[in-house]
Amino acid sequence: MRLNNIGYLLKEGFRGIFLHGFMSFAAVCVTVACLVIVGSFSILAYNLDIMVEELNQTSEIMVYIDSELSDAEAKSVGTKINLLDNVLQATFVSREEALADFIEDHDGDSALNGIQASYLRHRYVVTLEDNTKMKQTDEQLQELPGVAETNAAYEMAEGFTTIQNVLHMVSLAIIAVLLVVSLLIISNTVKLAMYDRKDEIAIMKMVGATNGFIRLPFVVEGFTLGMLGACLAFGLEWLGYDAMVERINEVDALQLFTFVPFQELLIPMVAVFCAAGMFVGIVGSWTSIRKFMNV
Amino acid sequence: MIQFTDVVKTYEQGNNALNGVSMQIEDGEFCFLVGPSGSGKSTIIKLITGELKPTSGAVHVNGYSLERIRKREIPYLRRTVGVVFQDFRLIDKMTVYENVAFAMRVVGAREKEIKERVPYVLELVGLENKMNRHPNEMSGGEQQRLAIARALVNNPSTIIADEPTGNLDPERSFEIMALLQEINNLGTTVLVVTHAQNLVELFGKRVIAIDDGLVVRDGEEESEHAAE
Repeated sequence: MRLNNIGYLLKEGFRGIFLHGFMSFAAVCVTVACLVIVGSFSILAYNLDIMVEELNQTSEIMVYIDSELSDAEAKSVGTKINLLDNVLQATFVSREEALADFIEDHDGDSALNGIQASYLRHRYVVTLEDNTKMKQTDEQLQELPGVAETNAAYEMAEGFTTIQNVLHMVSLAIIAVLLVVSLLIISNTVKLAMYDRKDEIAIMKMVGATNGFIRLPFVVEGFTLGMLGACLAFGLEWLGYDAMVERINEVDALQLFTFVPFQELLIPMVAVFCAAGMFVGIVGSWTSIRKFMNV
Repeated sequence: MIQFTDVVKTYEQGNNALNGVSMQIEDGEFCFLVGPSGSGKSTIIKLITGELKPTSGAVHVNGYSLERIRKREIPYLRRTVGVVFQDFRLIDKMTVYENVAFAMRVVGAREKEIKERVPYVLELVGLENKMNRHPNEMSGGEQQRLAIARALVNNPSTIIADEPTGNLDPERSFEIMALLQEINNLGTTVLVVTHAQNLVELFGKRVIAIDDGLVVRDGEEESEHAAE
């Protein structure tokens, strides 16, 4: 293919967009609608994932130190705990601090007056790098010398992990279905545009144009429409997301939900929208034109 | 050269379109292909242009063997065969010039070549003064001339005209046939598929008659006689 031909094919591709204005408009609208839906769901899934992850990070193991150990010995156990693979942080809580926390948790109940700190044990609050390995880490902690007992909420940690796994699977399934639906809709829209040009394609075939030569302007057109749709969808997504986060932040009851600022998602979102726009544009036009190539 | 040797074509539904057609059209020849509807004329055209492959037998067109041709070679075969249809198949949103230039562009011609060749071909068919018109602003005869110009522009060695006068009055029909004769005189092989018996008789060329998928008459000798 000569360079001047490539120029012609690109020009034809862009010309086609304006020549079939209404169909181009319809294709862009469909792309925007589909990408906004896919994008919104992806962002929602991402935020939920982060929220669950944050909740999961609050899972911790309470490690009680043998009461017969001195204060110094109790503190030295912390070094051994920190040496374990999965331990993110081990925070020492002395008997006195534990008592103060206990009283505070019970709103300074007067019935608790007179309790001695010596009734309690020194302890470590251990947070983990990977909560899915909580059980193994707990077993390792129990085996450490100076550790009297541990208290780990496996079920809660496992519950969070299950929620995350389900969320990932459901998100992937829904995104995949929405992408396929988008592809089908765009493919059909492009097909309608091509139906309008079936005589042109038949003439091209008749006079001896190669399949590549016939396809390229349509693929350029599909690519451009896909990218245009992606840019518009990205803009709408940004505006919509920011507006939604602002509204949620205004409602006290919804303060539990924390949303990642859109700026943080900018690069991945640009990449995903561009890739999706390119994919639906090129694949949509490529698959649509096949039907008209058998002339 | 177009050569059919014992060509059988059976469609997927099982009906036989051709039952052993053998014929040869030499380079530079002018030939009529006649026969009733459903006799197999359209199948012959589709075999020549590579739209169909023979079920058995051999089809050779301008150096290509149709029974062995690869899909990617078909566009190059088609560049050697210009086709003119009864319904013209022009692009109404393009001007006369653009319709012809389009046929050159899609086979990768340079802009310089297009600017030289298109006016020449339009002059040949007598449309040099209507370059900026659109097909729907022209008469049937003019539209058919334009279709012939488009078929000719890539300089094919063969022109196939499928019922080129089917939509025209007798006077315009004669003009189109005369134009095809003129193109033949320039060295292009011309095969005209027609029902117009009066034109066939008037031009006195070789006539291949098809019926029920077989060649029932080949008037090569008659054509030579007429030429005398």
